[in-house]
Amino acid sequence: MSETLSKTNLNELHLALGARMVPFAGYEMPVQFPMGVLKEHLHCRAQAGLFDVSHMGQVVVRGDRVAEALERLVPVDVVGLAEGRQRYGLFTNDTGGIEDDLMIANRGDHLFLVVNAARKESDLARLRTGLEPFGLSVKLLENRSLLALQGPEAEAVLAEHHPGVADMRFMDVDTFPLAGAECWVSRSGYTGEDGFEISVPNAAAMDLARALLDDARVAPIGLGARDSLRLEAGLCLYGHDIDTDTTPVSAGLGWAIQKVRRNGGARAGGFPGAEAVLAEFDTAPAMRRVGLRPDGRAPMRDGVALFAAEEDDAPCGRITSGGFGPSVGGPVAMGYVAADRAAPGTPLWAEVRGKRLPLRVAALPFVPAGFKR
Amino acid sequence: MKFTEEHEWLDLGDDNVVTVGITAHAAEQLGDIVFVELPDEGRTVSKDDEVVVIESVKAASDILAPLDGEIVEVNEAIVDEPGKVNKDPEGEAWFFRLKIEDVSALDDLMDEKAYKDFIGD
Repeated sequence: MSETLSKTNLNELHLALGARMVPFAGYEMPVQFPMGVLKEHLHCRAQAGLFDVSHMGQVVVRGDRVAEALERLVPVDVVGLAEGRQRYGLFTNDTGGIEDDLMIANRGDHLFLVVNAARKESDLARLRTGLEPFGLSVKLLENRSLLALQGPEAEAVLAEHHPGVADMRFMDVDTFPLAGAECWVSRSGYTGEDGFEISVPNAAAMDLARALLDDARVAPIGLGARDSLRLEAGLCLYGHDIDTDTTPVSAGLGWAIQKVRRNGGARAGGFPGAEAVLAEFDTAPAMRRVGLRPDGRAPMRDGVALFAAEEDDAPCGRITSGGFGPSVGGPVAMGYVAADRAAPGTPLWAEVRGKRLPLRVAALPFVPAGFKR
Repeated sequence: MKFTEEHEWLDLGDDNVVTVGITAHAAEQLGDIVFVELPDEGRTVSKDDEVVVIESVKAASDILAPLDGEIVEVNEAIVDEPGKVNKDPEGEAWFFRLKIEDVSALDDLMDEKAYKDFIGD
């Protein structure tokens, strides 16, 4: 393992728990614990799982009219985001491609952003260039860790540390003392389950993680199960399902662009690539992100070409994420297909190891969401 | 029992028929196995031909023919229930049986002690 990898503040805990560590986005991260990916996945859906997501970037943006300013960089209604609420967002580029996806929380006197680990530096540069000239401050928090507690028992587990968390609804954000430290809690996650994401000061991160793992309902979960959980939930992975060559509407993320930012809205456009991005609401994009269910048992992974007919030479799409869905009990995938092939139930063919195998377009998510609305 | 550097085990039975599977070490490294594709019975294979595809929750891997021979039987039970490979890789979850011409080819493979040294166990 390369000595240049960064370590999260929970690194020692992962090793003590017997994790298999892998390099991921410049960090040494646990890909699985002794329970194994399959059981970790199922445990998280049945009870609760604890994830170390401290490799992600936590950014505080503050200053006058901070919401208006951030709207110059994202096609999201930030101005209308109430205090104590969080919203999914995207950074777009000048051609309408997606530079990253992120969470935006209104924490009263500042906005709190969570961005992908692999895009941290690029996002920070974008934020600084876009916001500092307007007198706003952009600060990457190096002094906080990020944990996610996910699963149907997450509320009951976390409520034992502070009862107030039980009153939160999906996408609420609030501040609670946990493990003796000021924690910023959001009711959100990346598994399709109910749960919380907890920003905790580094000094208290180990205590909080240990306290949560002391609960018999909680198991530590690695990146392997994190990926299969989010795939079954139909959630995009940056660099696979969305990237600088994919656009929001094509990616099925038009819902993340509120009406007020679309053509005809009070604050329409004004973000990078607005013309291209907004035009896709009127002129349907050529390709659509869809769910895919192989008919057989063979997993179909990122990069597999898709065909409208078994004998076709030219592909009509490609898989961007795929693997085995433990809760589904079979292979699941996501990918892009030509718009006229995107209706659920449409039969397609995938080329796997030189053979054409049948699959069908499927509705997303593959498992019903467990959010507390 | 003999072993390859590809983490296969070979067990010679009657009539020059060798049973082939993957080692417990390999199964553990691969993680939860969710898909197995076996060759057709009757197929003639050469050493290092790709004969089996296994997929774990993480990735796909090929199993290579350890020797020249003919596939005389495959274990359909692991196709129906790939998880058996994690449970009993060196027993019930064998992959295929290979009829070989030259039994002395087994002499070039590792014995159990050499394999354990090879994996650093």
